Amino acid sequence: MTETVTTNPAVTRFAVPGRIAVSDQAAAVWRTATLTEIRRETAHAATFRLAVPGWAGHLPGQHLLLRLTAPDGYTAQRHYSIASAPDDSGHIELTLDHVPDGEVSGWFHTVARPGDTVEVRGPLSGFFAWQGDRPALLLGAGSGVVPLMSMVRHHRQRGLTVPLRLLVSARSPEELFYASELGAETAPVFTRSAPQGVPVGRMAAAHVAPLLSEQPPGGWEAYVCGSNGFAEHASRLLVAAGQPVERIRIERFG
Amino acid sequence: MNVTRGFTGRPRVHNPGLPPGQYDAGEDWPVLSAEVTPDLAPADWSFRIDGLVERPHTWDWDAAHALPESAYAGDIHCVTGWSKFGVRFGGVSLDAFFHRVRPQVSATHAVACSHTGYTANLPLADLTGGRAWIVWEYDGEPLPSEHGGPARLIVPHLYFWKSTKWIAGLTLLDHDEPGFWERNGYHERGNPWEEQRYSGD
Ligand SMILES: Cc1cc2nc3c(=O)[nH]c(=O)nc-3n(C[C@H](O)[C@H](O)[C@H](O)COP(=O)(O)OP(=O)(O)OC[C@H]3O[C@@H](n4cnc5c(N)ncnc54)[C@H](O)[C@@H]3O)c2cc1C
Repeated sequence: MTETVTTNPAVTRFAVPGRIAVSDQAAAVWRTATLTEIRRETAHAATFRLAVPGWAGHLPGQHLLLRLTAPDGYTAQRHYSIASAPDDSGHIELTLDHVPDGEVSGWFHTVARPGDTVEVRGPLSGFFAWQGDRPALLLGAGSGVVPLMSMVRHHRQRGLTVPLRLLVSARSPEELFYASELGAETAPVFTRSAPQGVPVGRMAAAHVAPLLSEQPPGGWEAYVCGSNGFAEHASRLLVAAGQPVERIRIERFG
Repeated sequence: MNVTRGFTGRPRVHNPGLPPGQYDAGEDWPVLSAEVTPDLAPADWSFRIDGLVERPHTWDWDAAHALPESAYAGDIHCVTGWSKFGVRFGGVSLDAFFHRVRPQVSATHAVACSHTGYTANLPLADLTGGRAWIVWEYDGEPLPSEHGGPARLIVPHLYFWKSTKWIAGLTLLDHDEPGFWERNGYHERGNPWEEQRYSGD
């Protein structure tokens, strides 16, 4: 990874780490993707598996741009993080929340079926990507766990030994994405209802502090993903617990 | 055209103010930022213009506020797809700052840098002639920190990532030098009307 930041005498500190190299050429092309499978994750979310001919691969954490086209030529474009690990050759998986009145997620949840085609371009943004080389501390909420799951899956599939921990916030156990797949690396936080004996509440200093007191050699690279409100809250928790700002990467879903 | 089976989209009214691929965010003001929102007090804020200028200069909060006031009232467009209509920002036109430092004739581009260290590149011509501002007010109130307060650059005719938050300075150059987002796959210029979103567009 290269730290390439333009120096300016007015700068007081650098909060922004450098990018991880990924091809920009592939990102310029719209590709037709075919839906091959739909898996329910929760009552409001499902995973959509797509076959994408010519997909150049991605790094865990990256997202793509997806486009739907109406018969009159009207198009709707939205960003979606990639949930699958990079090695899932020729396929990518997206996990979409069903947003009430959502134009694009509504189509996926009520109309889409295997065999349908949509257009995608990407992968986009090298900034939120994780190559599997540095210890990763992942904080997500709701659908914000999607790009983090790509990292967890990559870690498992490659049998990586670099430390990786996932702190994930969900309203209830029923709304936790990928519940059956999460393992010892994950600590869930439930904000509305929890299993018997598990406290209910927001992600707090008490969840973050123990992870930062047991820093791996070289320290954590932190990745925060979710709504803007969650991103603000979680990134402030990390800073308060001593994580350096230049080692916090944030993806905001809006 | 690659029509999506069963997709009709929202009922739409033609809005000539909406660039292609954008939607009206209404009251919402989403945040596009990849880093921790800094706590930057007005007293710790400064703004410097250097590089290819006759007289490099740094303004602090009070010195910047002593320049003639200038407001922007109009629309803004974010590369992630939302546009916001009829926003009002208060601050100072960049022309007032350039008047003091006097760009050299060889200067063609600028790199804008935030107090956190992220950068954006801009052709100098996009920053002059009453088309760019340093602003500290939104809708008559102090600019919120997550939107770049205490002060940010705004260049409303380009996608909003060019409007560097927590603005620290501009360095004038005789060549183009990609900034943070541009090195992360975004377009060099970012004209919303030409849908210049990502490199290659
Ligand atoms: C980098 C990134 C990654 C993301 N990854 C994921 C992911 O992995 N999973 C996921 O579920 N989401 C993800 N999102 C969010 C996703 O891009 C969409 O915002 C989300 O799916 C909602 O889109 P939609 O078309 O269903 O809803 P929209 O139709 O966009 O509606 C969303 C809200 O905006 C309002 N709205 C929007 N447009 C209009 C309009 N024209 N008129 C009236 N109201 C409108 C709606 O009423 C609704 O409340 C990501 C976002 C980003 C930026």
